[in-house]
Amino acid sequence: MAIATVPGAGIDVGSQAPAPVDPRRARRNRRLKDNLTGYAFLIGAVICFAFFSWYPMIRGVVMSFQRTRAGETTWVGWDNYDRIINDPSFWTAWQNTLYFTVLALVLGYAVPFFLAVLLNEFRHAKGYLRILIYLPVMLPPASALFLFKYLAYDPSDAGLFNSILKGLGLPTSQWMQSTDMTMPAMVIASTWMNMGGAVLIYLAALQNIPGELYEAAELDGAGLWRRITNVTIPQTRLILSLMAMLQVVATMQLFIEPLILANGAGSEDSATSVVYLIYQHGFFQNDLNGAAALGVIMLVALIGFSAVYARLNAKQD
Amino acid sequence: MAQQSETRSLVSFAQLQRGRGKVIYWTLLTVVVILFTLVFIGPLYWMITGALKSSPELAQTPPTLWPADPQPENYSDAWNRLDLAKLLFNTFYYAVGALAFQLVLDTAAAYALSKLRPKLGNLILGMMLATLMIPAMVLIIPQYVTVIDLPILHISLIDSPFSIWLPAVANAFNIFLLKRFFDSIPEDLMSAARMDGAGSMRTLWSIVLPISRPILGVVSIFAVTAVWKDFLWPKLVMPSPETRTISVGIYAFSGGTPQNVVVAAAVIAAIPTIVFFLIFQRSIMSGLTAGGLKE
Repeated sequence: MAIATVPGAGIDVGSQAPAPVDPRRARRNRRLKDNLTGYAFLIGAVICFAFFSWYPMIRGVVMSFQRTRAGETTWVGWDNYDRIINDPSFWTAWQNTLYFTVLALVLGYAVPFFLAVLLNEFRHAKGYLRILIYLPVMLPPASALFLFKYLAYDPSDAGLFNSILKGLGLPTSQWMQSTDMTMPAMVIASTWMNMGGAVLIYLAALQNIPGELYEAAELDGAGLWRRITNVTIPQTRLILSLMAMLQVVATMQLFIEPLILANGAGSEDSATSVVYLIYQHGFFQNDLNGAAALGVIMLVALIGFSAVYARLNAKQD
Repeated sequence: MAQQSETRSLVSFAQLQRGRGKVIYWTLLTVVVILFTLVFIGPLYWMITGALKSSPELAQTPPTLWPADPQPENYSDAWNRLDLAKLLFNTFYYAVGALAFQLVLDTAAAYALSKLRPKLGNLILGMMLATLMIPAMVLIIPQYVTVIDLPILHISLIDSPFSIWLPAVANAFNIFLLKRFFDSIPEDLMSAARMDGAGSMRTLWSIVLPISRPILGVVSIFAVTAVWKDFLWPKLVMPSPETRTISVGIYAFSGGTPQNVVVAAAVIAAIPTIVFFLIFQRSIMSGLTAGGLKE
């Protein structure tokens, strides 16, 4: 792929060599060749995107209007949507998922930012604290969730959490056995597992805030809180709003937590999530088309959310 | 590890070295260090020792801090019963393959998008970034249907490692990270290389890649951990007991296996990632902070 050997490739030769080709054509050739090299470098990734991202997107929409039975595919219009919306778990799944998302936003969004701001002030033990907070991110979720399921959320007093609560003189909980605690328990596990990444990203953003800004704010008499609201947050706003977005998209995909902690649906459907319902329909009810329809519904909901979110964000500027 | 030379943050360093500031600083630091240790190491300790307890001891109230009668055979039990050696090897194989595919194809793509800028480059980049807005789980059904019967080629990738390796390449986040890093490489450097007669490949290999080591480290770590941690996708496309990943294997066995053995297996599954992390933590941290997400 050594382009320099091709005649007319470099305009830099113009000074010594008598240019036999007219320079405009040379430039055009050069641009064409650059384009070709560019596509050659891109092709591998583009093929993978085409097969495993772009095509499935279209396929997902198409198959949501089809029904495949005994190898025969027919168009069925909105039938799949009809069936999936009338699934008795449909609205529960949405409620649970939204509840999880909101709870995770309260816990999993504010806490990492607060921790990052705090950690950024420390001049000691920085490395140690960072390693600790990132450690759970490295665990396979299945491992971490079995830890929570068998050892932490044990509904008897033998469980880790209940023995801590008892030790502190607080009422114990039935955790996954209680319909009220199912979601908070999943949020706790999920936040513990995932928070480290966000903290590290915020830390990186915080380190890029020029020190002079704080200096100037302090000279203007801004206290700690004012410096956070007037310097720290505006300076990290871009990354903050991006992370909020990413987190909502991530938490809406709640799946492995209910699957492992609650054996899927949990007591009285208290753990059923939208993705779990997709999984149920696709792989247990032999209804890949209905599952695809639910996927499309979820996609539309998330795109709607993104549009509103982007709108609100733009208005703030 | 005190670094006085660094730029100041929210509170100036001088303020933390005197009087009240100093007291607050050290109290806060101590509390945070203790809390973090309890919150993040505590559960791991509980897991490792929990797996050493006998079943009756595991159900005992109040729980014992240290197993009264440690039973290391829980670990060997888990190892043999779940065939963990096989599961670990599978997962490792998929992770390394995914890493190789991503490093080659995603780096090449990011380089093309950043430096070669073919005509449709921005459109392609836009289409790639658009996939970031599509949650992976939404696509799982059509992706599965695609992998069962690949369009045009009409082959099934079920139980083939390619069903993990190739979708891993379609990772817009990695391409975005790489492209952004490549964008920060000065154009002068690129045109200097061109003047010297270096072709695109040569420039990528001897100029771009050496500079990009930190971001390549970050992408590699993401690539490996993503495969190691993934659950639903490998569960669907690697259904046979011979091809399962470790997480899926543990889940599949969890139903009929005693709790302490399952936890022992979960500990064993976590060891490689923890070791991997402790070895590479410097590049993970510095990669994320130095170049990864600079504004």
